[in-house]
Amino acid sequence: MSTQTAPAPAESAAPPVARKPAGAARPARAPRQWTSKAVVNGLLVVFAAYTLMPLTWLVIASTKNHRDLFRTNPFELGDFNLFSNLQQLFTHDDGIYTRWLANSVLYSVIGSLLCTLISVACGYALDKYRFPGKEKLFGFVLVGVLVPSTVTAMPLYLLASKVGVVNTYWAVLIPSLASPFGVYLARVFSEGYVPNEVLEAARMDGAGELKIFTKVALPMLAPGFMTIFLFTFTSSWNNFYSALMMLNDEELYPVNLGIFAWQTSVMQQPELYQLMIVGSLVAVIPLILAFLGLQRFWRSGLTAGAVK
Amino acid sequence: MAVIIKSPTSPPSQAAPRTARRRQHGAAALFMLPFFLLFLAVTIAPIVYAGWMSLFREETSGLGFGGTERVFTGVENFTRALTDDLFLASFGHIALYCALYIPIMIGTSLGLALLVDSALARAKRFFQIAFYMPHAVPGLVASVVWIFLYTPGLSPVHDLIEGLGASWNFFGEDEAIWSIINISAWQWIGYNMIIFYAGLQAIPGETIEAARVDGAGALRTALQIKVPMIRSTVVLTLLFTIVGAIQLFDAPQLLVKYANSLGAEWSPTMFIYATAFQRHDYGVAAASSLLLALVAGLLSFGVTKLGNRWKES
Repeated sequence: MSTQTAPAPAESAAPPVARKPAGAARPARAPRQWTSKAVVNGLLVVFAAYTLMPLTWLVIASTKNHRDLFRTNPFELGDFNLFSNLQQLFTHDDGIYTRWLANSVLYSVIGSLLCTLISVACGYALDKYRFPGKEKLFGFVLVGVLVPSTVTAMPLYLLASKVGVVNTYWAVLIPSLASPFGVYLARVFSEGYVPNEVLEAARMDGAGELKIFTKVALPMLAPGFMTIFLFTFTSSWNNFYSALMMLNDEELYPVNLGIFAWQTSVMQQPELYQLMIVGSLVAVIPLILAFLGLQRFWRSGLTAGAVK
Repeated sequence: MAVIIKSPTSPPSQAAPRTARRRQHGAAALFMLPFFLLFLAVTIAPIVYAGWMSLFREETSGLGFGGTERVFTGVENFTRALTDDLFLASFGHIALYCALYIPIMIGTSLGLALLVDSALARAKRFFQIAFYMPHAVPGLVASVVWIFLYTPGLSPVHDLIEGLGASWNFFGEDEAIWSIINISAWQWIGYNMIIFYAGLQAIPGETIEAARVDGAGALRTALQIKVPMIRSTVVLTLLFTIVGAIQLFDAPQLLVKYANSLGAEWSPTMFIYATAFQRHDYGVAAASSLLLALVAGLLSFGVTKLGNRWKES
């Protein structure tokens, strides 16, 4: 739009008198433009306040001790107790929170790396090779994207208990390795990032298919790999429902489930309030940092998912 | 090796195309095997197993000492689920939730995307980051934090409402659904706003310019030119939102401890969870899982069909 050109002539044309609100002759363009700009940005600021308020509260509440938490104004700083809160968090119950954090890292980082590799290999094959029934197989993957994971969780739990893996690391890790959405994204990225000619050239040079994938295609797919990794990482870091079903042993809990367990007993043990607040903050920080640091990967994944 | 077979698909320069193609088929199978094996094990097998289980009932034999026995009951579990008031009510709750949540969420994200896209907006990058930020917070933690913010004595929100001379009980019988809607909206508005914004950015500049030349104002351009151009994205978002909504679990499951009136079977997923893990009625739980999948499938189908018709018109 003509934001740069429009105000200039209007401003010079409008006599200073007309600026008074009482003036009958209102200047045509400049003030209206100014008002709409204020309205647009004002709405955006209001909504940003809404999205940022809970996180701001979380940060401030994390610095308070139990007494200040209930006695001081929510956005007012009390005594600064962040470090003693953190110390309590990591030492409570023989450092069970550290254990949960380590479990979450295991489930999310290791799980997502494997999941991404599996998805990229499959998506690459679905893009680059020709074989009968390929599109049917891909359609199958797309249907998989729409199968609600909560629907499969309960029967999966019963199957897992038959096999005897319930209440082990495997019970959470293995189900997170198959991501139909990851395969879909991988195919889209493979179409976009890996030119067929390069693969042909590598074949001419006598390279085997596995070597072509690991040495030629995978480096080209690096940005896509990162995007898929971030998606699977977030979804496994968020995973709560299936972990809730699969795990009984507190030692195996991811952070989510641990905070949930604290919430269940907070009524009886009010000192857990502080631990839940600081624990939530610590659980959120890695994701916020990952999000801020790796923005362009999120964005490309979002748009690839949206424009089908 | 020596026999060269002419194939229309492979270039003539390639030696022994058949061997090469076979090798490629092998490689393709190798690359796809891990995913499809896992997919079979963790998605297909559970669905098939749920189908099998839904046909039986576990019965305690004798005086309860002999363990359990499986009795084939046909469709009984399905009729029991379908006549269970709690199960039916849970769909009613989700329908009400969708009716309130979807227009608010889609409307706000679309509105924000148009605002950020408009030439008047400043600090576009900051706003995008701020709006998207909640999505980086795990759903369970988001629910925990919001429940704190709903708790009188802890919450700045209560102070604000009281400052306005009003009162609001977030855990009340009628208000609780709004508390759930707010948690979902907080998490998803920014996410969908980014998707819509990406769609708006892809609209060619000439189209917008042409509308302006024709005398359309910013508001009219937004509603009559921009929104129709990203409608397939909107339909897709609608689809994912509905599929997500009928799986709703985290927020109501946490909230129910404070808002008892919701009940442990408020959403279909909560019903399945309670049926399986509190009442140990796995047959009915399996049948309700399948019914939920069916509803999800039908809704996705319906939305896609509706979207296609909208696209054609």
